[in-house]
Amino acid sequence: MLKTFPIGGIHPPELKLTTNSPIRQLPIPQNISIPVAQHIGTPATVIVKKGDSVKTGQLIASVNGFVSTNIHSSVSGTVNKVDTILDTTGYRQTAIYIDVTGDEWIDSIDRTPDLVRECNLTAEELTKKCLEAGIVGLGGATFPSHVKLTIPKGKKCNILIINGVECEPYLTSDHRLMLEKGEEILVGITILMKALSVDKTMIGIENNKKDAIEHLSRLSTNYKGITVHALKVKYPQGAEKQLIKALINREVPSGHLPVDVGAVVHNVGTAFAVYEAVQKNKPLFERVVTITGKSLSNPGNFLVRIGTPVKSLIEAAGGLPEDTGKIINGGPMMGKALNSVDVPVVKGTSGIIVFPEKESKRDEVKPCIRCAKCISACALNLEPFLLAALSEKGLFERAEHERITDCMECGSCSYTCPASRPLLDYIRLGKSTVIRMARQRNIK
Amino acid sequence: MSNQLNISPSPHIHGKETTEKLMYGVVIALIPAFIASVYFFGTGALIVTATSVISCIAFEYLIQRFILKKPVSITDGSALVTGLLLALNLPSNIPVLMIVTGSLVAIGIAKMTFGGLGNNPFNPALVGRVFMLISFPVQMTTWPVPSGFKTGYIDAATGATPLAIIKEGLKNGESLSQLMEKVPTTINMILGNMGGSIGEVSALALLIGFVYMIYKKIITWHIPVSVIGSLAVFTSILWIIDPVSNAGPGFHILSGGLLLGAIFMATDYVTSPMNPKAMIIYGCGIGLLTAIIRIWGAYPEGVSFAILIMNAFVPLMNAYIKPGRFGEEVKHG
Repeated sequence: MLKTFPIGGIHPPELKLTTNSPIRQLPIPQNISIPVAQHIGTPATVIVKKGDSVKTGQLIASVNGFVSTNIHSSVSGTVNKVDTILDTTGYRQTAIYIDVTGDEWIDSIDRTPDLVRECNLTAEELTKKCLEAGIVGLGGATFPSHVKLTIPKGKKCNILIINGVECEPYLTSDHRLMLEKGEEILVGITILMKALSVDKTMIGIENNKKDAIEHLSRLSTNYKGITVHALKVKYPQGAEKQLIKALINREVPSGHLPVDVGAVVHNVGTAFAVYEAVQKNKPLFERVVTITGKSLSNPGNFLVRIGTPVKSLIEAAGGLPEDTGKIINGGPMMGKALNSVDVPVVKGTSGIIVFPEKESKRDEVKPCIRCAKCISACALNLEPFLLAALSEKGLFERAEHERITDCMECGSCSYTCPASRPLLDYIRLGKSTVIRMARQRNIK
Repeated sequence: MSNQLNISPSPHIHGKETTEKLMYGVVIALIPAFIASVYFFGTGALIVTATSVISCIAFEYLIQRFILKKPVSITDGSALVTGLLLALNLPSNIPVLMIVTGSLVAIGIAKMTFGGLGNNPFNPALVGRVFMLISFPVQMTTWPVPSGFKTGYIDAATGATPLAIIKEGLKNGESLSQLMEKVPTTINMILGNMGGSIGEVSALALLIGFVYMIYKKIITWHIPVSVIGSLAVFTSILWIIDPVSNAGPGFHILSGGLLLGAIFMATDYVTSPMNPKAMIIYGCGIGLLTAIIRIWGAYPEGVSFAILIMNAFVPLMNAYIKPGRFGEEVKHG
């Protein structure tokens, strides 16, 4: 029996169209725009101005506060302007526009392909390196990694969990990375283990990536304390709390963090970025992005410089098809629909999915027949139909009592609902209102 | 590219399940029971089913179109399911106009008055059936014996159901062992060769439907198993205590409307609880009430009443019996 989380979950069609397409370098575009808020927390402070020339890997916006991180230039060229830009979330934010000339990297980066295993830095130094390199969680949450590596006082971490689940349909960037950069990921993991001072790591990978499981299992025999575990294919297994439950059967209490049960979770992409930052002195300015969709002529996985417009990525995949109805940043379950192809790729962009018109509209909403399929689908055993109904009616106190804030917005309820009810839309509304109410209560 | 991209919140994909598919899935699951009813009761079963289905759909259409003046949703299959379930709960020689009346009560009163699909507290088909049972007690308890296509409609040969044979016999002071000789053999009870409502007689056909619905994930096991299980446990206890005057669990499960009720009526989405814990309590309630009504009540059969009574508790159960949330208590593995 393969391991998995016990409650709820769904199995949408996997549609991993780009599994066998190796990672290719996307050509650097003429102009790029790098937002200063690509992470959860305070936006970074811009430290360049119009007319400055920058090199690839140079710091252009610096960390501002504890939960924040550095932003580096992903190209060499001249700063055109510092202005606002519409980002992947649909909001405007500050970005640094750079006109590209050549590709000149800062000298400190080791550009050789050689694997470097030895690492003599202390835990503090490693954590500092992650901050300097601007590493954030690359699974999509973009939480600054140095914060996660700083264990709060009085808490103890005894296991590192590496998330190679990639449970969202379509996406294959982590899968390709595991196949092509296995050794680097494992060295990255040993660095993370050192930074956290744990001696045990479990890598969780869903069983639809058998080649990656086999590859990493074989490599991991050379690394002490690292084991690879095949997981049953079930969404949302890549959710931190579900992955912890699946692998080590610990249940993170509501409102708490994984470290409260002694675990820290990092994505495989993050482990690779940590390797590059620590062993190669390379800041996080490029990442693997899956560009996919049934209607694209040439879908694939690309190594993309941060700040590259989504447009360039779509061109590389064969251009935008005539009948395109929707473009999604991220996976189809939790990703956000884009309203423009000019938005830049950011640290959290794991994939871009192009949907044809006929698949981009929702079905007609029917009455709830109380079939309870949303309850069966909820990985947290909440009652989505009830939370949605309470939010719709404005009964937020009751929604709070029914633990609406536990919802991680995985979308399994809306996906499952036979009546196509927009359950998650209402739950989001209720959840944000409840969080606001709770904040106001705390102020009083 | 089209100039306008569609923007909507996630998720951007939707499962294949629809209300229609679930409803027609129930209809498919009822096909074996329907075939058995036609096999055993012939034209009568066909007339009863056709009348019930047509009038249920017609009443839903008329009410939505002319009284509520809302979009008509008869194609969603829910009126069809109600019509089928009502038919399968009726004897094969019941006058047609009574079926029409029962359908009106089921759709008009039990379903549409409360706001239509998804809002009715009581199972519409059962409300219709119980209304008919109370209004037309003679016709509703006159059971043609299985005779295939050989007999006419109204003047079919009739006989008592196994439950009625036991109930009446015990009242008249006959011993259970004598009575058990009068009831159909176990194999006939499994196949459905006995008197009763057209759809309730064949345990085999109903179980095929049950397996289909579980396989297709239309229902979960919780309600049917707890109904049947609790009835079996309760009647076993009585049977062990006093085997002379109490029939065994096997007889109770195979007779009357227990299987039809447990598999198809009690599992109605709208009127049953929504989480497994509450489902089991609800199912056990139905099983126990059925046994109590059968053994000590005025009627030989009590499944319909038991389900309707438990329907009334569903809002309460949904409000107070909650699934154990993830992360509710700290568990260290």
